Amino acid sequence: MSKAVSVLNGAQFSGLAKVEDAGLQGMITLRGDLESSVLKAAVKAATGAAVPAQGSISVAENGAVAWMSPDELLLLVPYEDAVSKTAELAAALKGEHALAANVSDARAFFRVSGEGAREVLGKVSPVDFDAAAFKPGQFRRSRLAQVAGAYWLNEDGSFYIVCFRSVGEYVFKLLSTAAHPQSKVGVY
Amino acid sequence: MLILECPYCGVKAEETELAAGGEAHLKRFGPGSSDDEFHDYLFMRENPKGVHFERWRHANGCGKWFHAARCTMTLEVFGTYTAQTAVPTQEIMDKITAKRPGWTWREFSDGQK
Repeated sequence: MSKAVSVLNGAQFSGLAKVEDAGLQGMITLRGDLESSVLKAAVKAATGAAVPAQGSISVAENGAVAWMSPDELLLLVPYEDAVSKTAELAAALKGEHALAANVSDARAFFRVSGEGAREVLGKVSPVDFDAAAFKPGQFRRSRLAQVAGAYWLNEDGSFYIVCFRSVGEYVFKLLSTAAHPQSKVGVY
Repeated sequence: MLILECPYCGVKAEETELAAGGEAHLKRFGPGSSDDEFHDYLFMRENPKGVHFERWRHANGCGKWFHAARCTMTLEVFGTYTAQTAVPTQEIMDKITAKRPGWTWREFSDGQK
């Protein structure tokens, strides 16, 4: 089998903020009734994290769970475990009206860190990135200029960005342009 | 700029994150209906100056459809509500009545006839 590589194979750009390809990340889309105790237990078993509240992400040591919509979660697991975890979820959710799908290779994953991180994202997304409005642990699906994307803020002030792999190069170039060293706006 | 709060994910989404879905609460006339009914269902739309009900989709977000009630003249948004209803909810009609007494839209109105 060929060796898996992330969309831009670890590309980096340093400017107002550091933009980097965050590498391979296991991602599982889970749809179902988020109130169901069977689903809650299955999510906990797969990631170690609990089902998050609306608009947020719950992070555990070896995984995370993000709230995508009232009936959808995004499970983050180590890349090499994605296939087996998806099968475990499917087995645990047998009989439930739910579906787990491994989407790891359909996604691109980026990290934006440094002082200008809020500003870089603020230039490309119609969301309030003021420190009082966008807090660590918050998860938001929105758009990055012309394409759909989702991101959350880490405790250390860096953003993680998830988008479709097919637009991965676009998003990287977009973020790099927004982080151009001479393009500081200074809003955040 | 139009800002609507998605009733499903609580996000205050601005227009570019949403996709407009046209007039709300249309009743479908399909096979078995008369030509006039089918014509009206396909082509006849409200074009009010004032209170209007629309369908929107949170396209760059949770992806859910929802309803919005707003004023086409002032762009004031009276509120958004679930898509799982064939008629405006009483709650949203009360909100509109509080701000636009005497409003009417298709067969709906403030009830003060």
